[in-house]
Amino acid sequence: MADSGASFKRRQQPASFGRLHTFHGGLQLPGHCEVTAALPVSSAGIPPILVLPLQQHIGAPAECRVRPGDHVCKGQTIATAPGPISVPVHASSSGTVIAVEKRPVPHPSGLQAECIVIETDGRDSRQQADHAAIDYRHTEPAGLCELIQQAGIVGLGGAGFPTRVKLCNRSQRIELLLINAVECEPYISCDNRLLQERAAEVVEGVRILRHTVQPDVCIIAIEDHMPAAEQALRAALDAVNEPDISVTRVPDIYPSGGERQLIKILTGREVPSQGYPADIGIICQNVGTAAAVYDAVVRRQPLLSRIVTVTGDGVAQPQNMDVLLGTPVSHLIATAGGYTEDVERLLIGGPMMGYTAHTDSVPVIKTSNCVLAVTREEMPAPPPAQPCIRCAKCTDVCPAELLPQQLYWYARSNNYDAAQDYELFDCIECGCCAYVCPSHIPLVQYYRHAKAEIWTQEIQKKVSDTARSRHEAKQQRLARIKQERAERMSRKKQALSGDSGNKDAKQAAIQAALDRVKHKQKLAGTVPKNIDNLTVEQQRLIDAADRRRQQQHPGNKTTD
Amino acid sequence: MLTALITFGILAAVIGLVLGYAAIRFHVESDPVVDQIDALLPQTQCGQCTYAGCRPYAEAMAAGEADINQCPPGGASTILALADLLGVDPKPLNPEHGEHSEKTVVTIDEQVCIGCTLCIQACPVDAILGAAKQMHTVIASECTGCDLCIPPCPVECIHVVPVKTTLHNWIWPLPETPPREVTAHG
Repeated sequence: MADSGASFKRRQQPASFGRLHTFHGGLQLPGHCEVTAALPVSSAGIPPILVLPLQQHIGAPAECRVRPGDHVCKGQTIATAPGPISVPVHASSSGTVIAVEKRPVPHPSGLQAECIVIETDGRDSRQQADHAAIDYRHTEPAGLCELIQQAGIVGLGGAGFPTRVKLCNRSQRIELLLINAVECEPYISCDNRLLQERAAEVVEGVRILRHTVQPDVCIIAIEDHMPAAEQALRAALDAVNEPDISVTRVPDIYPSGGERQLIKILTGREVPSQGYPADIGIICQNVGTAAAVYDAVVRRQPLLSRIVTVTGDGVAQPQNMDVLLGTPVSHLIATAGGYTEDVERLLIGGPMMGYTAHTDSVPVIKTSNCVLAVTREEMPAPPPAQPCIRCAKCTDVCPAELLPQQLYWYARSNNYDAAQDYELFDCIECGCCAYVCPSHIPLVQYYRHAKAEIWTQEIQKKVSDTARSRHEAKQQRLARIKQERAERMSRKKQALSGDSGNKDAKQAAIQAALDRVKHKQKLAGTVPKNIDNLTVEQQRLIDAADRRRQQQHPGNKTTD
Repeated sequence: MLTALITFGILAAVIGLVLGYAAIRFHVESDPVVDQIDALLPQTQCGQCTYAGCRPYAEAMAAGEADINQCPPGGASTILALADLLGVDPKPLNPEHGEHSEKTVVTIDEQVCIGCTLCIQACPVDAILGAAKQMHTVIASECTGCDLCIPPCPVECIHVVPVKTTLHNWIWPLPETPPREVTAHG
C-alpha cells in the first residue's frame, strides 16, 4: 500500500513510520463522489442574508460584539472568544447587522441558537487597513498560534475543535504532524477538490503548521482513490522543493479518515482511551484547516469561507462550492439548480455520520463539509428494526474494537454504568455497526442517547453537590447567627442582673453616657428638635417630669 | 486440655484488646451509610419526603425509619440507585409525596416583588438575591426547583418555569420504535 514508485523514492518516510498498519473492522463503501470530484469548485456568491451562529465550534460560544443596525465589513470580528476553548466569529461579507436572535442552526436537535444575522450589501468591502503578510519563518510559534486563534480557525474536518488549543496547549514533544486528507465518507469530495485546486496553498499552510508545532516528521495522508489530488499535491511539494513533507496513500476503507484510525494506520499506535493524539506525540490536522491557516497567516484573512460538497440525487447539479460561512443551505441548493422532484430528505454531513436537517434555512458553519439531498431510492427509509440476533457482525466491523451489541443492550436498558464499562465513550459514532446490522437496529442512535444521558447525569451530580454545599453553608450561617444572638442576650442579662449592690457604678456609667451625648450635641451645635414651639400644656408636663426625676435622683440634671 | 484453654483464653483477651483499641482509635464520627445515601439524593432540599431536607431524609433511611420511595424530584432513577445501595427491592414512587416532573426553576416577577425577603429566608440554597425593600431575583443556575419560596410570597410574584432545552442540555432521543424483545416464544 505504501508509496513504492521510483519517482517518489526521494520522499520516503523515515523508518519509524515506513510501514502501513491496519485498524480493526471498517467497511468498503461505494464512493458516490466521482461527479463532484471531477467538477471545479464554483462560488456560491454572496447570499442576501448571512446567519452566523455564535457557536460553530466545540467549547464556549463566542460573545456578540455588534448590535442590530451596525455596519460590518468583510473580515470584521463580530463576536469574541470568552475563554481559552473558544474562537471569535467574523463577518463573512460586508453589510448591516439586522438582528442578533435565535435562529435554526445545523444541529441534530433542530433547536434554535443565538445567531448574528447580516443583511449583505453586495459590495464585499473589507476593512481599510489590511495587514501585511507575515513571514512565518521569522515568527515565534506562539505568535502564529495567536494569529490562528484570532482568525477563528477550528478543525474543518467536522469536529470543530479550536486549532490553537490543539497546536499550543501541550507539554508533550510532538513526533508526528499528520495532515488528514483522507475523505473516507461517501459523497464528500471537498478536500479532494481543495487539493486539486489549491495544493500550493495547502502545502504552504502545512509548512506554517510544521513551523508552529516543530514535529520530527510531517506526513500528508491521502486516500487511494484521489489520484488527481495526489498528483497536484506532489507537484506543489516539488515546486517548493519540500522533501521533508511526505505523502502517504492509505487504503480506501471507511473510516480510515477518523483521527484515531488514521493514526493507527500510519504508526500502528493507539490513542489512549479518553486521551488525545498529543498524548502519544501526534497532532492531526485536517487539510482544510491547513488551507485556512495559510489564509490567516499569508493572506491575513480570517476564516470566512469553506468548500462544501452539495450533492445527492435530490439536487439538480451536484458540485463543490466555495461558500461564505453563514450562507443558508437553501441558497446553496438554489445555486446548484434547486431540488429535483423526488427529493426525500436533506442531510447535513455525509450519509454515515451526518444528520437530518429539519429546515434548509440553517446556515453553513465552520464544520459543515457536506449538504446531501437524497431521494427515496438513494437512501430508503430503514425497515422496521428487528430483534438483535447476536450475529456479531457489528463487532467485526467496529473500528474502535468495541462490542456494539453489548453497548446496545446496556444503552437500551438504561444500564449506563455497564455501558461505560464497555467503553461507550470510545465509540466514534461512525455508523459501521448500524450499516451492517441485519436487524436494521439504529445502533448509533442508542449510543448517542446513552452518551447524552451520562453527560446529563454527570452535570446533575455536580449541580446537586453545589446545592448540598450551599444548603450546608446556609445552615451553618443560621446556626452561627443564632449562637451569636444567644451570646449577646446572655451578656446583657448578666450585665443587668449583675452585682445589685454596685448601684453607684451603674449610675455613674449612665451619667457618663448622658454627658457624652451632651458633649457631642454641644460640639455639633444641635439641640433636641422636639422641644421647640411647645404648647403650655406640654411644657407643664415636662416640668412635672423633671421635678419627679429631681426627687428620685437628686444628682441628675433636668431636661434643658 | 488446660494448656489449650489458657492459650485460647490469652489469645482472645489480646485480640479483644486490640480490637477494642482499634474501635476507639479509628472511630468514624458520621455514619458512612448516611453519606452514601445523601450522595444519591438530588439535594433539592424540598422537604417533599416529609423530612427537613435531603440529609435528614438520608439519616432516617439509614435508621430504617423512612422508605426509599419518598423522593419525587429524584424519581425512579434515584429509587433504583437507593435500592441498589441498600440491598432492597426497588418500588414505585409513593404518590403521597408527589409526582416526578421535569426539572423546573422559579423566576420572580420583578414588577410585582415588594422586597419582603420572605422568599430569601425560605430558600434552602441561598439562590435568591435581594434585600429588604429592594427587588429580589433568582439565581437560576443555583435554583434547585424546590418551590419552597412560593408559599411565603405575599404578592404571588414567584412563578415556576421549566428549564429550557438548549443545544447544551439536549439529549438524543431513543429510536421511536424499539425492536421487540426476544422472548422464549417470540
